[in-house]
Amino acid sequence: MADSMIRLEEVIKTFPGADRPAVDGLSLEVGRGEFVTLVGPSGCGKTTTLKMINRIIEPTSGTIWVDGAKATDMPAFELRRSIGYVIQQIGLFPHRTIAQNIATVPELLGWDEARIRRRVAELVELVGLAPEMLDRYPSELSGGQQQRVGVARALAADPPVLLMDEPFGAVDPIVRGRLQDEFLALQRELKKTVVFVTHDIDEAIKMGDRVAILNIGGVLEQYDTPDRILAEPANDFVAGFLGADRGIKRLSLIPLRSVDLPTGAVCDVSDTPETAREAMLAQGWDWVTVLDGERLLGWVWGSELEGVSKVGEATPRPFRVTVDAGATLREALDAIVNTRNNVGVVVEGDAYRGILTLDLLTVELTR
Amino acid sequence: MSVVAQAAPLIDWAWIVDHLDDMWDRTVEHVVLTGLAVGIGLVVSVALSVVALRFRRTYAPISWTSGVLYTIPSIALFAFLVPFTGLSLLTAEIGLVSYTLLILIRNIVAGIDGVPASVVEAARAMGYTERRLFWEIQLPLAVPVVMAGIRIAAVTVVGLVTVTSLIGQGGYGALILRGLSRNFATEIFVGTFLSIALAVAIDFGLLGVQRLVAPWMRRRPRAA
Ligand SMILES: Nc1ncnc2c1ncn2[C@@H]1O[C@H](COP(=O)(O)OP(=O)(O)OP(=O)(O)O)[C@@H](O)[C@H]1O
Ligand SMILES: [Mg+2]
Repeated sequence: MADSMIRLEEVIKTFPGADRPAVDGLSLEVGRGEFVTLVGPSGCGKTTTLKMINRIIEPTSGTIWVDGAKATDMPAFELRRSIGYVIQQIGLFPHRTIAQNIATVPELLGWDEARIRRRVAELVELVGLAPEMLDRYPSELSGGQQQRVGVARALAADPPVLLMDEPFGAVDPIVRGRLQDEFLALQRELKKTVVFVTHDIDEAIKMGDRVAILNIGGVLEQYDTPDRILAEPANDFVAGFLGADRGIKRLSLIPLRSVDLPTGAVCDVSDTPETAREAMLAQGWDWVTVLDGERLLGWVWGSELEGVSKVGEATPRPFRVTVDAGATLREALDAIVNTRNNVGVVVEGDAYRGILTLDLLTVELTR
Repeated sequence: MSVVAQAAPLIDWAWIVDHLDDMWDRTVEHVVLTGLAVGIGLVVSVALSVVALRFRRTYAPISWTSGVLYTIPSIALFAFLVPFTGLSLLTAEIGLVSYTLLILIRNIVAGIDGVPASVVEAARAMGYTERRLFWEIQLPLAVPVVMAGIRIAAVTVVGLVTVTSLIGQGGYGALILRGLSRNFATEIFVGTFLSIALAVAIDFGLLGVQRLVAPWMRRRPRAA
């Protein structure tokens, strides 16, 4: 890539006393504004790779370029002030308030007080923390809140590059999912160059524009978009690492919105039973979806329309599975399977968008 | 009559009231001797700790030397110093300071080592220089442990100052010595009592200081 923000060239790191390298001849390029996830089994050298980028660990050989300059061209502390870093253990300063923690790098850079105060207020909002947290100490925050402070601190001086080492590793799965979503939304705005380490392949696939899969010894096995990695694993190691359910994992990359959903048999409350019956006949169904304009009301059996003059006179039943159009196919599948149904209705707000069937999911799976 | 003299009360209250000024002077002397010793000891200990932390191999010899100084009986140490520095304040302080080093250095190094590695790594990654890292992150976080050391050192020195009266730098020790030589129980008792009271007062005072300089330790963590 011509416009690369981070470039590793044949980087080798052998720790003193180790008989083989922790990272062996790694070459990797990260584009400007790109979100790359680094994933692999424990001990494969993810953290080591990340720490070489901001020179917490110096490579044994090879070159690392950051924003067009060699990382070794400037003093390490200067390089680090231009790279946001979120460490796995969060590492907030216990003796400093949340406001002071967030202000760390601006203070090191010598910003004036008013500017720092403004920036801190901005960041607190950006990462979704309540302003009254600012005067607390880190020990007075929950794990999820501390993670947010860690992200705010890394973003404080608006660095173009962000390194994140399992930033959401220390929180429970629900908070983790929320933090992931929030961070993705944030990244769409900020467009930072992000290198994100995780050992969770699902997280890597969800977060990354591209995913780098590392093997023990810091060997790069595959580096590609999530979709291509899932569709065409480069080798057995990658396939094994993705797991047997990689087909289903692919579904989590496809938003419902991007799928052509059939509308099925539909009628309006104001329609006559004849119109409704025609719609059912066209689909070969014995039930019909009832709308009021765009709004989804539910469904009725064809037999319930005997003897009424308007569809609206029958009472529609609610669908058991409704999925929002913003969800992924994976989430829709879970919803359908978990309720032991074979159809789900897709809505946007309360507006009807179509019917999703297991058949349709199967088609998407084999695409 | 000698019979009457022997029946004198154990504590002579009138004498105490007559000598309040004297006691005040002794108190000032005792506090100054103690404060100087702990203050100088702290400066020397921070300096030696910085060396020990930066060059780990020096920690063992530094710790060993201060340990040996700590074990020398105080009277022997003063006796050894007098030929060189005379019956002076300098002699007293050299002795007193040397007794603070072991406790202070051990606590400073332990305090700094106790700072979580993740915090130090985060600070480095944010772009702290090694010097600012020490003064702004490591040392402040070591404060609770260092303060514990300062309290022990201060209490130890308060006790030792009574011994320095032997070389004419007395504080309350002067009262005790004079009482002994005159076989006057009240004065011995007053000197001893004041010395203990001062040690307790300083210990509590420093505890207050510790709370003040480490406010983050005071608030209890909230439930998540
Ligand atoms: N400071 C060090 N000294 C010696 N060996 C080290 C050091 N840091 C890491 N290693 C070794 O290098 C290898 C890679 O470690 P690294 O921390 O980069 O792995 P990782 O992929 O981040 O693993 P995890 O998922 O468990 O965090 C491991 O074998 C580890 O033991
Ligand atoms: Mg790691």
